[in-house]
Amino acid sequence: MKRTNELIVALAVMAVIIVVTWGIYAVGDNMPGGVTPFSKDVYQLHNVILAVVTVIGVLVFTAMFTSIIVHRKSKGQEPAKFTHSTAAEITWTAIPVLILVIMAIPATGVLIDMEETGGADINIKVTGYQWLWQYEYLEDEIGFYSTLDRDSNAARQINSGVDVHTVENYLLEVDKRLIVPTDTKIRFLLTSGDVIHSWWVPELGWKRDAIPGMVNEAWTLIEEEGIYRGQCAELCGKDHGFMPIVVEAVSPSEYRQWVADRKAEQAAEAGDEPSEVQQITAADEPAHNADQG
Amino acid sequence: MSYETTLSHDEHHAEHPTGLKRWVFTTNHKEIGTLYLIFSLIAFMLGGAMAMVIRAELFIPGLQLVNPEFFNQMTTMHALVMIFGAVMPAFVGLANWMVPLMIGAPDMALPRMNNWSFWILPFAFFLLLMTLFLPSGGPASGWTLYPPLSLQGGTNIAFVIFAIHLMGISSIMGAINIIVTILNMRAPGMTLLRMPLFVWTWLITGFLLIAVMPVLAGAVTMLLTDRFFGTSFFNAAGGGDPVMYQHIFWFFGHPEVYIMILPAFGIISEILPTFSRKPLFGYTSMVYATASIAFLSFIVWAHHMFTVGMPLGGNLFFMYATMVIAVPTGVKVFNWISTMWRGSMSFETPMLFALGFIVLFTIGGFSGLMLAIVPADFQYHDTYFVVAHFHYVLVTGSVFAIMAGVYYWLPKWTGYMYNEKLGKIHFWWSAISVNVLFFPQHYLGLAGMPRRIPDYAVQFAEFNMISSIGGFAFGLAQLLFIYIIWQAARGGERATDQVWDGARGLEWTVPSPAPLHTFDTPPKVDDSVTVHSDTLA
Amino acid sequence: MAEHYYVPHTAKWPIVGSIGLFVMMLGAGSWLNQAAIGPWFTLAGSVIVLVMIFGWFAQVIGESEQGLYNRAVDGSFRQGMIWFIFSEVMFFAAFFGALFYARMFAVPWLGGEGAGAMTNELLFPEFDAAWPTAGPAQLGGDFQIIPAFELPLLNTLILLTSGLTITLAHWALKKAKRGALVGWMAATVALGSIFLYFQASEYVHAYQDLGLTLGSGIYGSTFFMLTGFHGLHVTLGTIMLIVITLRCMAGHFSKKNHFGFEAVAWYWHFVDVVWLGLFVFVYVI
Ligand code: HEM
Ligand SMILES: [Cu+2]
Ligand SMILES: [Cu+2]
Repeated sequence: MKRTNELIVALAVMAVIIVVTWGIYAVGDNMPGGVTPFSKDVYQLHNVILAVVTVIGVLVFTAMFTSIIVHRKSKGQEPAKFTHSTAAEITWTAIPVLILVIMAIPATGVLIDMEETGGADINIKVTGYQWLWQYEYLEDEIGFYSTLDRDSNAARQINSGVDVHTVENYLLEVDKRLIVPTDTKIRFLLTSGDVIHSWWVPELGWKRDAIPGMVNEAWTLIEEEGIYRGQCAELCGKDHGFMPIVVEAVSPSEYRQWVADRKAEQAAEAGDEPSEVQQITAADEPAHNADQG
Repeated sequence: MSYETTLSHDEHHAEHPTGLKRWVFTTNHKEIGTLYLIFSLIAFMLGGAMAMVIRAELFIPGLQLVNPEFFNQMTTMHALVMIFGAVMPAFVGLANWMVPLMIGAPDMALPRMNNWSFWILPFAFFLLLMTLFLPSGGPASGWTLYPPLSLQGGTNIAFVIFAIHLMGISSIMGAINIIVTILNMRAPGMTLLRMPLFVWTWLITGFLLIAVMPVLAGAVTMLLTDRFFGTSFFNAAGGGDPVMYQHIFWFFGHPEVYIMILPAFGIISEILPTFSRKPLFGYTSMVYATASIAFLSFIVWAHHMFTVGMPLGGNLFFMYATMVIAVPTGVKVFNWISTMWRGSMSFETPMLFALGFIVLFTIGGFSGLMLAIVPADFQYHDTYFVVAHFHYVLVTGSVFAIMAGVYYWLPKWTGYMYNEKLGKIHFWWSAISVNVLFFPQHYLGLAGMPRRIPDYAVQFAEFNMISSIGGFAFGLAQLLFIYIIWQAARGGERATDQVWDGARGLEWTVPSPAPLHTFDTPPKVDDSVTVHSDTLA
Repeated sequence: MAEHYYVPHTAKWPIVGSIGLFVMMLGAGSWLNQAAIGPWFTLAGSVIVLVMIFGWFAQVIGESEQGLYNRAVDGSFRQGMIWFIFSEVMFFAAFFGALFYARMFAVPWLGGEGAGAMTNELLFPEFDAAWPTAGPAQLGGDFQIIPAFELPLLNTLILLTSGLTITLAHWALKKAKRGALVGWMAATVALGSIFLYFQASEYVHAYQDLGLTLGSGIYGSTFFMLTGFHGLHVTLGTIMLIVITLRCMAGHFSKKNHFGFEAVAWYWHFVDVVWLGLFVFVYVI
C-alpha cells in the first residue's frame, strides 16, 4: 500500500520536474555551437554534461519531492528508524565515479586537441592593452590596433542621451576587424602590454588570457565565412566592458587580397604608423578621460 | 581528552559591566556570538546595498547611474564585504553560540582571544570601506585582486591589503578558538563520533581556515611589496609571473569557498533530522565526506584559472581532481534525502530553508561540475555562468543555511518563537526571487556575457532586466528577515526548552533563552542525547 | 590547582589591541602613500600594541601564578599555541611556494622551456634562464649572491646549537635547577642575538658590496622576503626568550607547570626548522 503510494507520487513528481526542466531549456539554452571543429566539440561536451546533470537532477529531485509529499507528519506518517545502508552508500559513491570517468574521457580528448598548436599556416600575435587590441600577422608583417567603434563609444558614455538600441552591434563593433581566412589553421599568440586581458570569441570555442610578459598559444580553424563577435573576458580596468573583438572570416583568396591591400596601405603610411598605443587611445576615443573620476 | 570543565559561580558574577562596556569587554561565548551575528547582518545589508547598485546599473543597457570605475569598486567591495563580512562572521557567530552548547562546554576555550577575534573585525572593515571615500576610490580589481591590475589602484591598495591582514588575524584566532574548544572542552562522554555534525564541520572548517588564511596574507603581502618596495614576484620583467599570484591566491581561494559551505552542510544536517523526526542517515559517511572534501579542496585550486595557459598536464590534473570533489558532495545530498525518506516531516521555516538549500545548492553543484570540464570551462569562464554558479552555492547555499540556522536556533537565543507566518513568507519570497535573480544569469553566460562589465550588448537586455527585478525583490525580502528577528528578540510566544519536538542534542537541554552561563557542571553524555549517531539503531 | 575551567569575566586588553592594530595599519597605509602623519600613526599604533601585549601577558601570568588555571586551561593554551605555529608555517609556505614556482616554472618559461617557447621567442629572445636571476630586464642591475657555505652555514650551526641549549634549559627546569636553567637560557638568547647580528651584517654586505637588493628581480624578492620574515621571527623569538629568561630569574615556572616556557621553546624550534628550509632552498640549491 505504502510503496505503491510512493511510486505513484514519484511518477507524477517526475513528470512535473521533466516539464519544468523542459521549460527551462526552452527559455534559452543559447550557447553557440560555433564554427570551428572544436567549438563544436566543446558544444557537444557542454550538451553531454548538461544532460548528465539533468538526469541526475531529475532523479534526485524526484526522490526528494516524493518524500516531501508522502512522508509528512500531517499525513500521520510514523518515522522509520533506519540510519544507514552500506549497500546504498556504496552504490551512490560508485555510480557517480563511473559517470565522471566516462565524462573525463571525451573531455581529455578535446583538451589534448586544443593544445595541439603546431603546424599553423598563419601566426597572429594578439596584444591586449587598456582598452584595445593589437593584432600582428607575423608572416606578412602587417599589424593594426582594433578598438571600440565610434558609435558605440559615443552611446556608451554615461547619460549620452543616445538610445543604445539604435546603435548597430552596440558594444560589439570595432573600427578595424581582425580579418582571417577560413579553412586555415591559425595560431594565436596572446600577450598583453599592461594588465591581464582575455581574448574571447564564443564562436571559436575558447578564451585565453593575455598576460603581460607571457605568451599564450591557442589555435583555430574557421569553417564558415562570417563575422564573429566577442569581448575581453578578464577584468582589466574601467573600460573592460568596452574592448570588443570582431573576427571576420573570409575566403582564403579574399584574405590574400586583403593582405596585399593592407601591405600597400601600410607601406604608404610608413613613418607615421602609430606605434604608440597612447596615441591611438587619444585619437580614437576622445571622450576617454571624460568619465575619469 | 575531555577534562572536567566546570565554572565557578562567584568568580563569574563578581562584576558584570553593562551598556556598551558589556559588549566591548565581554568574554562570554553567547554575547560574542551575538556580536558576530549582528555584525554579519549589518555587513549583509551593506553588501546587499552594493549589489542593488550593480543590478540597478545593469537593469537596462547603456550607462545610466554610475561610471565604470565606481561600478568596478562596487563589484569588488560587494564580494569582499559579503565573503569576509557577512558569510564568514555569520558562521563564526553561530559556532560561538552553538558549539559550546552542543558539546557541553562552559564557554569557548580561550575567552579573551574570542573577544579579540571579534573586535578586530569592525576596525578591519572601517579600514576597507574607508577607501571608498579616498580620492582614488576603493579597490576596483575584483575581490581576487589580480596583479598587475590591482597594483594600478591609487592610494587604496595599501589600506585594502592591511584590512585583509586584519581580517586574516581575526579569522585565524577565531578558528583556533573553535578547534581548541572542540578538541579540549567536550563534556565527558561526548566522543568525537557523538559530536553533532555542525561541530564536525566546524572542526574541519577551522583547520582549513588556519591552513589558508596565512597563505592569503602571504599573497597580499607580495602584492604590497611589488607595489611599494620594488620586488618582482608578479612581474615577468624581473623573472616573476602574474599568474603566480593567481596560484597562491586560489590555493587560499578554493578552500575558502569550502570554508563558506562546510558549516552550512553542518547546519542542514542538524535541521533535517529534527523536522523529519528521524536520525541523520549515514552519520559516519557524512563525517568522512566532509573530511575528504576538505582534503580535496587543497588540490583543485587551479580550476579557477584554466584559461591562463597552464601546460596540458596541469589542466588535466586539476580537472580530474575537481571532478572527484563532486563525489563526496553527492554523498551528502543523497544522505540528506535518505534522512527525509520515510520520515515524519513538518515544514517550519528552518526546514523550508533547509529544503530550499538542498535543491538550489545541488543546482549550484551541477554547474560546478560543468565548470570542471576544462574545454567547456574555456567557454564558461569569466562569464555570468560562473556568476550564477557561485551565487547558487553561496546565496542559496551558504546564506540559506545561515538563515535556516537562525530560524532554528533563534527561540533558544531569545526565548521567544519568531512569527512563523512571516517566516514562511520570508522563505517563499526569497526562494522565488532568488531564482528570478540568478537563474537567468546561466543563460546570459552561455550566450556570451562576460562578468564584471557595467554595460552590455542589447541581446542580453531581457535576461538582465529579469535578473535585476529578482534582485530588487530578493533585497526587499531581507528587510522582512530583519523585522522578524527584531520582533522575536522583543517578545512573542514563549519557547519551550526543547523548542522543536523532534530536536535532539545538548543545546535543547538548557533553558530558553539560554542563560549567560550554561554547563557550569559538565553534563553526562550518552547516545540518548544524540539523534545524529548512526550507531543508534 | 583550580578545579574549574577559568573563564575571565571581562577582557579589557583586546579592544586596546584592536585600536592599536588599527592605528598602526592606518598609519602604515598613509605612510606608503606619503602622508606626513603616517610614520607617527604607525609608531603610536605599535606602542599601543606593545602596551597591550605586555598588559595582557602580565594579566595571564598573574592569573597563572595565582593558580587559577587547571589542566584543561593548560591544554587549551598548548593546543592554541600549536595551531598558531601551524598558521605561521603556512605563512612561510606561501613564500616558499613563490620561490619554488619561480624556479621551477616562471623562470624556465621565460627562458623558453616547455610552455614558454613563444614567450621567449617573441618577448625575451635574449634571455637565458638560470638561477639566480633578476629576470629578462635584469631589474636592479647586476648582483652577486651570498655563498652558502660561509656565513649562512655558520648561522645554521648557531641556530641548531641554540635549539640544543634551549632543550638543556628545559631539562634543567624539569630538574628544578634554576642556575643551570638561567645559564642555558642566557646562552640561547646570546646565540639568537649573534645570529641576528650576522644576518644584519649579511644584508649590509649584500646591499653595499654585492648589489643584491630587494629590487634584484625575483631572486632579490624571494631572498629578502624569505630571510627577512624569518629574521623578523627570530627577533620576536629572541625577545620572547629574553622575557622568559627574566621570568626564570624571577622564580616563575615550576617543574610541572611551565607552559609559557614551553610555548617559547616550541616557537624557537619552529624558527629553527624554517631556517633549515631556507638554508637548503635559498642558499644551497
Ligand atoms: C561540486 C562542487 C563544485 C565544483 C565542481 C565547483 C567548480 C568550480 C569551478 C571549476 C569554478 C571556476 C569557474 C571559472 O571561473 O571558470 C568555480 C567557481 C567558483 N565556485 Fe565553485 N564548485 C563547486 C562548489 C562550490 C561551492 C560549494 C562554493 C562555495 C560555497 C563554490 C564557490 C565558487 C566561487 C565563489 C567561484 C568563483 C570565484 C571567482 O572567480 O570569483 N563552488 N567553481
Ligand atoms: Cu578586459
Ligand atoms: Cu574552486
